[in-house]
Amino acid sequence: MIDFIKGALIIGGALFILLASVGLLRLPDLLTRMHATTKAAALGVILIMLAAAMHFAEVGIVARSFAIIVFILMTAPVAAHVIGRAGYFVGSKLWSGTVKDELRPNYDPLTHELKSGLETQENAKRQPRETDPD
Amino acid sequence: MDTVILISQVIMSLALILTFVRVVRGPSLPDRVVALELFSTSVVGLVGVYAIKSDVASFLDAAIVIALMGFLAAIAFARFLERGGPRDD
Repeated sequence: MIDFIKGALIIGGALFILLASVGLLRLPDLLTRMHATTKAAALGVILIMLAAAMHFAEVGIVARSFAIIVFILMTAPVAAHVIGRAGYFVGSKLWSGTVKDELRPNYDPLTHELKSGLETQENAKRQPRETDPD
Repeated sequence: MDTVILISQVIMSLALILTFVRVVRGPSLPDRVVALELFSTSVVGLVGVYAIKSDVASFLDAAIVIALMGFLAAIAFARFLERGGPRDD
């Protein structure tokens, strides 16, 4: 029984990693490729580490494989965010079918500045508040 | 069980080959960085499967280290890209 579950987890994890690489190869631009790789590959590694935890079934090793799972879950989004940000700033092209790019009207690529559209003289003045110390 | 492990190793090797195609073809440097990150993640999976196959739990430590190195490499590449170092895509 436990062999069956282990085998299913291993094959499932390997298939998710394959799915991530197929997505990396087939999708049209940087952001969609990242969307394929980070999630699918993280899930694949998580399934394989669960299989390893079930295979060894000792406290230290189960803790170690869970540490790998937590580590992957924490680092994959951070790395994806940082690479996506760098890719946008470097100016990698978006797919021609992109529906919405909310950063484009507010970001100036020459000065590297973000604007909210609320930068008026009125808003720049600081109003006194109730909670201010005297 | 050995057959299952062999099948999964074949699948993950195929995934590594497909990822490598993207590393070679990738039109820009960020695409290659994403592909290299997927590379390190699939190698973590391969090492985990090999730990199960060989029954040696110490390989999981190697998997932790590989995952850490992949993360740090991604961060460093992104910093390099944002600082605008010399590029040759």
